Amino acid sequence: MGLLYGLIAVGLALIFGLMDVVNFAHGEFLMIAMYATFFLFAYFALDPLLSAPLVAAALFVFGAVAYLLIVRFAVRAKANAGMVQIFSTFGLAIVMRGLAQFFFTPDYRSVTHSWLGGKTVSVAGIFLPEPQLMGAAVSILAFGALYFFINRTDFGRALEATREDAGAVALVGIDKNRVFALGWGLGAALVGLAGAIMAIFFYVYPDVGASFALIAYVTVALGGFGSVFGAFAGGIIVGLVEATTALILPPSLKSVGIYAVYLLVVFIRPRGLFGSI
Amino acid sequence: MDRAFADRRRRELIIAACLAALAALAPLVVKDVYVQNIMVLTLMYAALSQSWNILSGYCGQISLGHALYFGLGAYSTALLFTKFGMLPWFGMLGGGIISALIAMALGYPCFRLRGHYFVIATIVIAETALLLFQNWDWAGAALGIDIPVRRDSWLTFQFTRSKLPYFYFALALAAVAWFVTWWLEDSKWGFWWRAVKDNPDAAESLGVVVFNSKMGAAAVSAFLVAVGGGFYAQFVSYIDPESVMGFQFSLLMALPAVVGGIGTLWGPILGAVILIPLTELTRSFIGGSGRGVDLIVYGSLIVLISLARPQGLVGLFARRRTGAGA
Repeated sequence: MGLLYGLIAVGLALIFGLMDVVNFAHGEFLMIAMYATFFLFAYFALDPLLSAPLVAAALFVFGAVAYLLIVRFAVRAKANAGMVQIFSTFGLAIVMRGLAQFFFTPDYRSVTHSWLGGKTVSVAGIFLPEPQLMGAAVSILAFGALYFFINRTDFGRALEATREDAGAVALVGIDKNRVFALGWGLGAALVGLAGAIMAIFFYVYPDVGASFALIAYVTVALGGFGSVFGAFAGGIIVGLVEATTALILPPSLKSVGIYAVYLLVVFIRPRGLFGSI
Repeated sequence: MDRAFADRRRRELIIAACLAALAALAPLVVKDVYVQNIMVLTLMYAALSQSWNILSGYCGQISLGHALYFGLGAYSTALLFTKFGMLPWFGMLGGGIISALIAMALGYPCFRLRGHYFVIATIVIAETALLLFQNWDWAGAALGIDIPVRRDSWLTFQFTRSKLPYFYFALALAAVAWFVTWWLEDSKWGFWWRAVKDNPDAAESLGVVVFNSKMGAAAVSAFLVAVGGGFYAQFVSYIDPESVMGFQFSLLMALPAVVGGIGTLWGPILGAVILIPLTELTRSFIGGSGRGVDLIVYGSLIVLISLARPQGLVGLFARRRTGAGA
């Protein structure tokens, strides 16, 4: 679970690191990814594992379009830039939730069976559900791919350079908007991947994103804004803390542990564990 | 203080008094209970947003956890009334004082945080409080508290037969919040806050006690919001953790200021007057289907306004005025 949190958070961290924007619709991106997985399953009997790359690709397009239609203008705002970003992406989140209610109704849906669904494997006497294990494996793979992508490809270098100094990059002839749009696409694709896996073991409903979004923000901030690695590490910590809290406190209070750890960390180290700002 | 500035300050006060007087006469014309209900909510949100604006707009410490103070006000009022039979007036005042103290206690560690770290800390604290209240059996847990109906009077702050007393109280609350903002804007605090917002390091070096001025803003802001919470509890006579302390509520409280113009005197009022009736009307006319059309309309509106007028709608008027004067 921690690795999946990490995967969701990495998408958010990528966008933030790139352009200092917190996407308040991140949870809703996750929600549509889960719906997409569900419908691919319901109509084409496509196993979530197979549809995951499709969903990620679809989310990539969605993220890039969201950037071009909305965020591009929010970044340009001269007055109250912070509030404009928060409320334009938050407005987008409300619209997406409304659209989901309109088209899919507020019913709870679930992927009833998957190649992995319900199976468990036993590792050294501990029973682990396979979907979660698979999620962990996909997360690690995706994180490795992202790492390679950022460090080894031209586009990755452009991404890094734009993040360091967007002005100078324009002089070298890199189109800032294109890089940002691709960054948004990539961030959304990662959350799409996470959504496809999560659809196996979570109900899908219009508000599902909201419950994960806050955890994603906490994860990113815990790891430190501006650090993709921090977000992934933050995800693992959050997953562990959540599991430990669930043992001590009633299940309805399991998030309290995560929040407490976040507050503790930033009070001691105000820029998160691996943050640079 | 130069003459023109003093004149402008006085003019603002006169305009506000005229608007308040006009608003006070409104119920004589508007008899429809449904519309009166919307008017009460509009005034309440104007007051809340104005209070939020003190900390987040003027002082620049963006809080998305103000639902905490609203919830504390609502809960102290409801709990003191149902468990100890104390009049809501004590609850509102007590809730206000508790909230101001808690805001300062939380400010102590939180004001060291900057930017998004601060914003997320405010959300997380409010969310933790929400979870605790949802699990707190004595306070009604997730089911919330039903406030029993006594006879109508100003003493019990319950009015079942007419919305008017609520209307006048909400009007008074909005007027107080406006007046406090107006008064603080031109005080030492107001200048400190703007300095802290623009550049905390420079402010510090010029002798502004940054930390104390943030604490002051947090306390005033939390106190006023909590009184609003106490009012809300009496007005709807039923509260539950999600509806008074949820994250949504923190955003709803901030929205009028954002739409109207944050860090401005008139922004929150203008924003509330535009947004709240619109929200209520879309909800009742097209939201009835339960299919989220109201959310789509509302969300699109927020996106459009925040993109089209980042400085808020108040800017529209200001530009016209300076344009005419120049």
